[in-house]
Amino acid sequence: MTVAASRWTDGSMDSRLRRRYAAERRFRLLGLFAIGLSVAFLAFLLVTMAWRGLGGFSQTEARVTIDFPRSDIMIDPAALAGPEARQVVGSAGLEGALAQAAVTSYGEEADELFGGAAARALGKALIEDPSLLSQRAELWLPVTSAYDIARKDAGAPEAERLVNAIDARGDLRRAFNVNFLTASDATDPGEIGVWGALKGSFLTIIVTMALAFPIGVLAALYLEEFAPRNRWTDLIEVSINNLAAVPSIIFGLLGLAVFLNFMHLPRSAAIVGGLTLALMTMPVIVIAGRNAIKSVPPSIRDAALGVGASKMQVVFHHVLPLALPGVLTGTIIGMARALGETAPLLMIGMRAFIATPPKGITDPATVLPVQIFLWSDEVNRGFVEKTSAAIIVLLIFMLLMNGLAIYLRNRFEQRW
Amino acid sequence: MSLFLALVAVLVVALGGFWLAFTKASQIRTAGAGRLNSLPIYHGAYAALWAAIPALLLLAMWVPVQNGLVEQAVLSSPEGQALPTFDMQRDSILAEAREIARGERQVGFNTESATLAPRFREAESRYSAAAGAVAILIAFGAGFVALRRTGLTFRARTGVERWLMGLLLAASLIAILTTLGIVLSLLFETLRFFKLVSPTEFLLGTTWSPQTAIRADQVGSSGAFGSIPLFWGTIFIGAIIAMIVAIPLGLMSAIFLTQYSPARLRAWLKPILEILAGVPTVVYGYFAALTVAPVIRDIGIAIGVSSASSESALAAGLVMGIMIIPFVSSMADDSIAAVPQAMRDGSLALGATKAETIKKVLLPAALPGVVGGVLLAVSRAIGETMIVVMAAGLSANLTANPFESVTTVTTQIVQLLTGDQEFESAKTLAAFALGLALFIITLLLNLIALTFVRRYREAYE
Repeated sequence: MTVAASRWTDGSMDSRLRRRYAAERRFRLLGLFAIGLSVAFLAFLLVTMAWRGLGGFSQTEARVTIDFPRSDIMIDPAALAGPEARQVVGSAGLEGALAQAAVTSYGEEADELFGGAAARALGKALIEDPSLLSQRAELWLPVTSAYDIARKDAGAPEAERLVNAIDARGDLRRAFNVNFLTASDATDPGEIGVWGALKGSFLTIIVTMALAFPIGVLAALYLEEFAPRNRWTDLIEVSINNLAAVPSIIFGLLGLAVFLNFMHLPRSAAIVGGLTLALMTMPVIVIAGRNAIKSVPPSIRDAALGVGASKMQVVFHHVLPLALPGVLTGTIIGMARALGETAPLLMIGMRAFIATPPKGITDPATVLPVQIFLWSDEVNRGFVEKTSAAIIVLLIFMLLMNGLAIYLRNRFEQRW
Repeated sequence: MSLFLALVAVLVVALGGFWLAFTKASQIRTAGAGRLNSLPIYHGAYAALWAAIPALLLLAMWVPVQNGLVEQAVLSSPEGQALPTFDMQRDSILAEAREIARGERQVGFNTESATLAPRFREAESRYSAAAGAVAILIAFGAGFVALRRTGLTFRARTGVERWLMGLLLAASLIAILTTLGIVLSLLFETLRFFKLVSPTEFLLGTTWSPQTAIRADQVGSSGAFGSIPLFWGTIFIGAIIAMIVAIPLGLMSAIFLTQYSPARLRAWLKPILEILAGVPTVVYGYFAALTVAPVIRDIGIAIGVSSASSESALAAGLVMGIMIIPFVSSMADDSIAAVPQAMRDGSLALGATKAETIKKVLLPAALPGVVGGVLLAVSRAIGETMIVVMAAGLSANLTANPFESVTTVTTQIVQLLTGDQEFESAKTLAAFALGLALFIITLLLNLIALTFVRRYREAYE
């Protein structure tokens, strides 16, 4: 057996070392490349969504001149002050009058320039200022989605031509699309908004929070502070750990079978969604809660016991308040996940077409992620930018919640 | 509605009990007859808990029972007797009548529902009034007994703590109940499905076309429920394509973050990776369907795959892989961090470079943990729904060509349950059978993964 001797003189050692250092650099670069690629994916995702979606927050408006006294709008100005003003303008045939006005302003082609959204905007303007009815007024009104698309990017050739003609006269502008934040689902992409879905999301999350937080915290306290070491406790622990990893769609099947088919709770209501998501979020809160409780040092428990507190007082007066920041961080992260969840809610029927925002937790509702899913299925091109815009709204909420969790963690977390 | 009133009444009784017991104990204390065993607030809480909890428990257990009783009462009424005996039709009429009675809808599709609605309202108000009255009585009775015990030597604190303990135990039992609920509801529906379709066909069949015809003479009226193509699609997208993306990227990211990255860079990169994990899956799905899928299809056609689909397995798998990266990375991060520092130091002291230490010492030592993490990631990927619903197709192909369209278990569950669904049909029940299969697979994966991780942790502790 020969032993290879390292010689420092003939340069073989040098070249070996160089090779090894090169390998070291390559490995390091590979790591940097991997993480760079992941970050690039995220950046690409966010930039695409922003690129596609920012247009959804703006709305093309056209200037139109309406000669109210000469038009066939028949509204009694006195009725506009009354409580039924909205019905009055709703049944006044504003759409027809608008089509007429558009034709007089921009020619025969323009009869479909304005739609329901414009009529509603006009109605609102009339309620605010009934004196318009007695004059010739110039108004900026939102155009329908076909022309909106033609303006923002390529649409049908006729629409494109008309839009260019109007634009050349300076009668086209871009305005912030307030409607998108205040309206609900509709069949026309020009009139849709996220408010209904957002309200549904809030109601659902409130139900989830009200159930999952107390139950999760109490279960975490029991398991960490009181539970005897026996088979039952093991069973509880195993089921919590498993529930945390069960696919969310399974919780949807559970909700469908138990809450809808067995308990006959109202279909597609926020309460059922909230219950289902609560069952899904609870294990997350328990696991986060247990970690937070575990990190409270035993000396605090001993001191409280030493001055005569009962075990229950130790836990509720000392351990829980000290563990609360950690518990809250876990809860907010769980809530953010519930807010972005889609699949289980599809199972319990929260995918219906809901055109009015829910008034309570038993009303039919939809939530923002499901709304995004529904819009993404639409063939009409106007929905594309609206879907991305809704995604931006959802992402902003997710970022806010996660930011709050990170802030809480940094601000209140104590290291013992 | 009257149940809600009963709930409020019970809470009011409990509050009243609290106040009475509290003032009574306070009076005893100020009277100076001796030292009170428990603080007045505990006496109050004791009375309130006794008044509230038994009554609330009764109400909570009553709600599901009442639905059944009301339905029976309605069915035994003359209008109920006149209903068609066919299950599906009768159920839909009953559901409509219930909604009308609750004011959730104005008119039903079936004319019978309008005549049934008053019966529903009547039976519901009768039963809920009775249950409400019983609950309030119990609240009064139990509250009164508890209130009478208020006194100098009574250990109210111990009593309150016993209730609290029960509450804590009950909260932790909900996890078991949920697991049980999942298993039972899935099992129950699956057994009904297996009465219609044989288990061997479901587990071993290779054709999946759940469209059962409405009329018997329609073409393709026999649905086929062979689930092999679905499971293949699920594994192909979730366990093969997604993992080819996620394992190298996630592992290398973890290595860079733990071994090479300066602390300040790491403080930025980790939250960014967490954001990647926090993006809702519906967003990934939309991204996959709208941005990635067309590119993949064009690439497929360019390299000569004529069957390239715009719902390719590759697009869904790639995006799912990206979604899983942070998951793999954080699991690998944990296992690498758990390798004892002494092993790393020893290797470095022998003159190994960092890369050599990582490849030859850290990774082999951390391997069980990494494998466990990868298994958990696979279980996440195959249960993932929205990406595949939006980006993968519906055609159940048995193909290994990543440019072609495959379908997955979760896609089909969504598809089966969100169309026009009829209960009792094999189509609807099949979704539950698929759900049960998915549940069992993910459960097994998780158990194996956890055993891996635990055994490995023990090795170094």
